[in-house]
Amino acid sequence: MNRYLFVLCIAAVLIAGIKPEAKFMISEFLEKDSQLGLPPMKIPEDNPITKDKVLLGEKLFMDERFSSTGKVSCSTCHLPEKAFTDSPLKVSEGIDKLKGTRNAPTVINAAFNRSQFWDGRSPDLEDQALHPFLNPVEMGLPNHEPILKIVRSDPGYVNQFKKVFDVSPPQITIRHVVKAIAAFERVIISSNSRFDRWYFRGENVLNDKEKQGFELFTIKGRCVSCHVIEHTTALFTDGKFHNVGVGINNVSDEDVARLSAEFLKTMYNQSDVDLKVLADSKTSELGRFAVTRNVTELGSFKTPTLRNIALTAPYMHDGSQKTLEEVIDHYNRGGASSDKEKINPYLSGGIKPLNLTDEEKAALVAFMKTLTGKNFEKFQK
Amino acid sequence: MSADISRRKFLERSALGAASALFPIAMVNVVFGKKKGGEATKSKGTREKSDFTFAYISDAHIQQISGNKFVRNWDQGLKRAVAEANLLVPKPDFVMFGGDLGQLGKKVELDHGAEIMSACKYKTRYVMGEHDYYLDMGAYWEKLFGSHYYSFDHKGVHFVVLNSVLTYDSWNNKWPSAEERMNQMAGLDNPNGTPFMVGEAQRSWLKKDLAKVGRDTPVIVLSHSPIQKIYKGWNFWTEDAEQVQALLKPFSKVNVIYGHVHQIQYNQIGNISFNSVMATSWPWPYPQTYALVKSNLPVLTVPMNRADPFFERDATGWQFIDVNSGKVAATYLLPDNENRTVKYSNKTGRPEDVKYQDKRTAAQEHY
Repeated sequence: MNRYLFVLCIAAVLIAGIKPEAKFMISEFLEKDSQLGLPPMKIPEDNPITKDKVLLGEKLFMDERFSSTGKVSCSTCHLPEKAFTDSPLKVSEGIDKLKGTRNAPTVINAAFNRSQFWDGRSPDLEDQALHPFLNPVEMGLPNHEPILKIVRSDPGYVNQFKKVFDVSPPQITIRHVVKAIAAFERVIISSNSRFDRWYFRGENVLNDKEKQGFELFTIKGRCVSCHVIEHTTALFTDGKFHNVGVGINNVSDEDVARLSAEFLKTMYNQSDVDLKVLADSKTSELGRFAVTRNVTELGSFKTPTLRNIALTAPYMHDGSQKTLEEVIDHYNRGGASSDKEKINPYLSGGIKPLNLTDEEKAALVAFMKTLTGKNFEKFQK
Repeated sequence: MSADISRRKFLERSALGAASALFPIAMVNVVFGKKKGGEATKSKGTREKSDFTFAYISDAHIQQISGNKFVRNWDQGLKRAVAEANLLVPKPDFVMFGGDLGQLGKKVELDHGAEIMSACKYKTRYVMGEHDYYLDMGAYWEKLFGSHYYSFDHKGVHFVVLNSVLTYDSWNNKWPSAEERMNQMAGLDNPNGTPFMVGEAQRSWLKKDLAKVGRDTPVIVLSHSPIQKIYKGWNFWTEDAEQVQALLKPFSKVNVIYGHVHQIQYNQIGNISFNSVMATSWPWPYPQTYALVKSNLPVLTVPMNRADPFFERDATGWQFIDVNSGKVAATYLLPDNENRTVKYSNKTGRPEDVKYQDKRTAAQEHY
């Protein structure tokens, strides 16, 4: 081996070795960083964002005491350093390593979602935050009382709630708790990716392969029809629900009939649905249908954003696809994860074979890796 | 809007809220035998009457490309309708297929369509469409599904199935080949076209058939073309519609349900309520953008601006039909769209779109 090259290799190893682990810092999100590529955010009138509220929300988000074992916090499954997911886990692990049925969706830009959870069973961030505390496979509390007991007695929390909401300990309710968490989540936004700088600002920061990937994304690959890019902004989601051929084939026709009939016969409330879809993998695959009871939405799940997608493997609502390459192969087959798999009858009308070449698939992957927001670039390997 | 109000609205929309947002399939059924005024009465006669629903799938247009290769989009539409119909709660009493199972009447198309339909868990009956008929004048279809026209009784309702896509012998015989005849009939806005009709023989059968039926018995006529005159260029038309309507006039509760139009239509002529059913294949008219890429759609003669060309199921669908009080309430299941219900209103004496009736803009009356 060339001596010069050898020295270079050693140097590279050393640099890699001493490179400090990238850390999430809330302060980076409190600065008015460019929101290039994102639309204005709708903030509920009854929950304005303040710095103190965000800091309180962050503390609550990280607090492991709000679980039956005292070991699981929101951040257990939404790790800031993993782009607020639990990558590389397929499905999330709650108390006692109990497994749910779904892949943790990122918190990043969740403030822009029209509905929360993969099946949209929750309308907003405040409502969403109520449920994982109580789900038996997530944080496993019997009700919200243990949380209130802590925040009403812990001196740090008492001070912060007083400062943020002007409430005395007995006046603190779970609404205050979820409002603070939601305020924290509303600052966890990410934009200003290389794509944004190229597309919206005309900076020449994409290479030819990435640009080719963008062309494929918008035309031959048909991706943009659901992962929407608008004229001045791009959320990379249509906020709608589609059956893309993932999951429902794991459930037999008989079980689809049995489980769907159960939902059609019984009017479950939001908490019932929350329990059922996370407790049983077959019920989980009913998707949006479990919420709307509309048979045309069987096996449909919310279109996730593609921002920061390079950081959030594995993919799909069940985490069944390990890499972006696998995802593209799935769509290229017209909604099947292998050549043998049958096309499910409830498949969204937008999904059909794409006839992409290997080179085109690689270009699409290259394009998707340009979607990492500036404040998360340090986490991308 | 405060967060609480929007949250409540959200829950109502998503059917998770209070019982106010019932899933259409769980629709409350009006007890059969209710009078027009809404007052419940015991039905006359000895036959027991009860409320029921049936599912209606139509216009699948299964199309062979070559060998055992068929148009994926049309296959998916029919498969989807069958799979969804199988999940209905309460279960429909039976399924109707409203015609145009095949595209060019070929045996392979009808066979392939019948195979997809065989996944249906309910008793299924068929209506003849012009795309099933004009290759061999319905011979193979008859072998698969039976008579071209027939009647049956179900829970106190008299059903009549007509072959309304017949036409003049002179037109039938003028073509050099059966394939050419089929192709000519498959074209829309075709100057060589010909109007559909029920024809004299079938009308005299219908007269005899109806003679045995009590005047208060609800009658539901199932045909492929509308038994009314809407637009001749697309054969949204039945040449002898008035004569057929006259035969139905003596009955107090009459519904005509038809396919062919690939869109939601409803109308009231005298005592007769008309409801169309949706196609599982493509919407008509379809947007011009549908045809930007090579597809197997028929030639577009008038563009539309509503369906989303990306979502191939948009503006297609199927329906289940609730026979309330002998009058039809058709609930359309529309993938990528909001489901809709067109229901007979006792108040206005005509079918109405339950959700949109109050929001309608006045019809354009001059052009």
